[in-house]
Amino acid sequence: MEQECPLGSEWATEGIRIFEKRLCRDRIRQSYLEIIRFEFGRIREEIMPKRVETVVLHDSSTPVLGDVQKGGSVVLTTVDTLLSQARANALWPLTFGLACCAIEMMATVASRFDLARFGSEAFRATPRQADVMIIAGRLSKKMAPVLRQIYDQMPEPKWVISMGACASSGGVYNNYAIVQGADQVVPVDVYVPGCPPSPDALIYAVLKLQEKIKKNKAGTWKELRLVEGLTGPRTQEEVKA
Amino acid sequence: MADWFSHLHPAIQALIRVLLLVVPILALVPGLIWWERRLLSWMQDRIGPNRVATITWSKTSKFVPPFLRGKKTSIFGLLQPIADGVKLFFKEDITPSAVDKVIYFIAPGIALFPAFALGATLPWGPYPSLTPISNANVGVLYMLAISSLGVYGVVLAGYSGNNKYSLMGGLRASAQLISYELAMSMSLACIVLATGSLRMTDMVHEQEKPLWGLAPFLQNWYVFTPFGFVAMVVFLICMVAETNRAPFDLPEAENELIAGYHTEYSSMKFAVFFMGEYAAMFIFSGVLATVFLGGWNALPINWDWVAQHSTIPVFSGLADIMGKLNYWLAPLWFMGKITFMISVYIWLRATLPRLRYDQLMSLGWKSLLPLATVNFIVVGAWILVSRIVAENASNQMMGAIAGVGLWVVAGVFVYSIWRVLNKMSGEPVLESRSVTLVDPSKEGVAAS
Repeated sequence: MEQECPLGSEWATEGIRIFEKRLCRDRIRQSYLEIIRFEFGRIREEIMPKRVETVVLHDSSTPVLGDVQKGGSVVLTTVDTLLSQARANALWPLTFGLACCAIEMMATVASRFDLARFGSEAFRATPRQADVMIIAGRLSKKMAPVLRQIYDQMPEPKWVISMGACASSGGVYNNYAIVQGADQVVPVDVYVPGCPPSPDALIYAVLKLQEKIKKNKAGTWKELRLVEGLTGPRTQEEVKA
Repeated sequence: MADWFSHLHPAIQALIRVLLLVVPILALVPGLIWWERRLLSWMQDRIGPNRVATITWSKTSKFVPPFLRGKKTSIFGLLQPIADGVKLFFKEDITPSAVDKVIYFIAPGIALFPAFALGATLPWGPYPSLTPISNANVGVLYMLAISSLGVYGVVLAGYSGNNKYSLMGGLRASAQLISYELAMSMSLACIVLATGSLRMTDMVHEQEKPLWGLAPFLQNWYVFTPFGFVAMVVFLICMVAETNRAPFDLPEAENELIAGYHTEYSSMKFAVFFMGEYAAMFIFSGVLATVFLGGWNALPINWDWVAQHSTIPVFSGLADIMGKLNYWLAPLWFMGKITFMISVYIWLRATLPRLRYDQLMSLGWKSLLPLATVNFIVVGAWILVSRIVAENASNQMMGAIAGVGLWVVAGVFVYSIWRVLNKMSGEPVLESRSVTLVDPSKEGVAAS
């Protein structure tokens, strides 16, 4: 749905920018992006490496030791396989619920669905000890810097699951207050559709994330993501935190 | 136990003794974490971690027996703590820029050290040359002293983090540990009084004596005596509070303090805290088993006495075998008791909600400490009366009657004291905080 923008690509004055926001949705998204860029002092491409995977339906394999090898299980394996196996099977989520999806997230760990089977029931209250951030609910404009800060406070390697339509794309909240997709703020690994997604869907997302982590065979030291210095310079927020 | 062992250099002997205690604890802590997660899951009608350590056998390899090829074998998620450990080990270790770097770095070590040092006087079997590490004549006192040191790690971690939640957690932990230390000491003092020794092995040997001085085929475990039972309950509650476990986990209360004193810790430093907590649970369970539950003895039965006095030969033979099993498998029985106590820990965590802070303090100061003190007096009376009875009793019947009477008197005494204390401390705190509605339109109405 292409609307004609009343202005060119160059920056206008503040008043005209507000006018522009009201008129053109794409332009609004652009300017929001500019604000976020301004806030975090980095260009989007730099802070958001391309490691995005969408949920595609195909038969899932159970996460097992030795799944990576095709022939079966060999427990003696390369270090990075061991590492990715361990990381995949010990995904501790962050206790971070934004809205109604959080209720489903709680149901996921409760007795009917039991995320604990996959080793992910240990919700950590502090980002310093968490591995995966589940953005459960709509992300408001005011919450975006907070979310980004918490994401920055998590130690590498870290992953993000965007849970529900609101977190993934803004959902029904196509308005001034809600960020239209959490991937404008943090790099998202798995998107879960649904409003809200059922606990099964979240478990499926965790399994997809596990698959993704298990596939991650590090070719270089940098990809192992062991040392802070090798992962490139950190953002201002991380340094401050 | 073994002659060759005593010929070794004393330093090597000491090293072996230390390794025999520390290595099993280090090895069993992951198993303990697995057990906690699984047992908690079962109690909450869940399944718990069961995906890790599922072996997928090769379809083609000739090393795999044919009936296993292509199949999957699950071993109950036993490797889950290994996965957690490897993950934590290889996570980025963040040191926030504003922390006090030196203290931040050494605090986990200070927290871990007392957990292991606690076990130095803990005997895990009737083998004097192998255990305990030091059979000190101040064993219990040493244990109490070291357990007080545990607070330093927590407080320093809370202080160094430069985070208000960390600091609050550290302060809470220090207040809590100091409060419960007293009741714990008093409950142990009862047992020290009854035993007449601070040595841990003496306590176990004292518990191998006839039950209440009457029944020589049964062992006098302190949990079977009225004062011992009360002391054990007090010790159990204090033990849970000392190790910062639910329902006393206020220092790391998630909904109030994020993660308390280890909020700023990630990766391996956090794992060290984690391990220290579980090691402390382990050792405290061992202390409870030693002091109240007869130590390394499997059952409260004196097999030697039964073997000697039984008139039926089959019985005496059986008792002989049981006595040998009791002696040679002593670490196993001890481990069984520790496992049971740890299951109690998990059971408490699954059952009880977290206390409010004033409830925690009033429980420690107004209930447990007076109860332990009264219990101390009861022990004194018990010893006095039982000595008089033992000296003056003309026959066993008299002794039995006096013993049962003593039991009843002690029970009634403790129960009445408990009731009084309940009335004293059981005043509902919320009712005393009355709220008066104030009408702002009227002047001169003072807020209550």
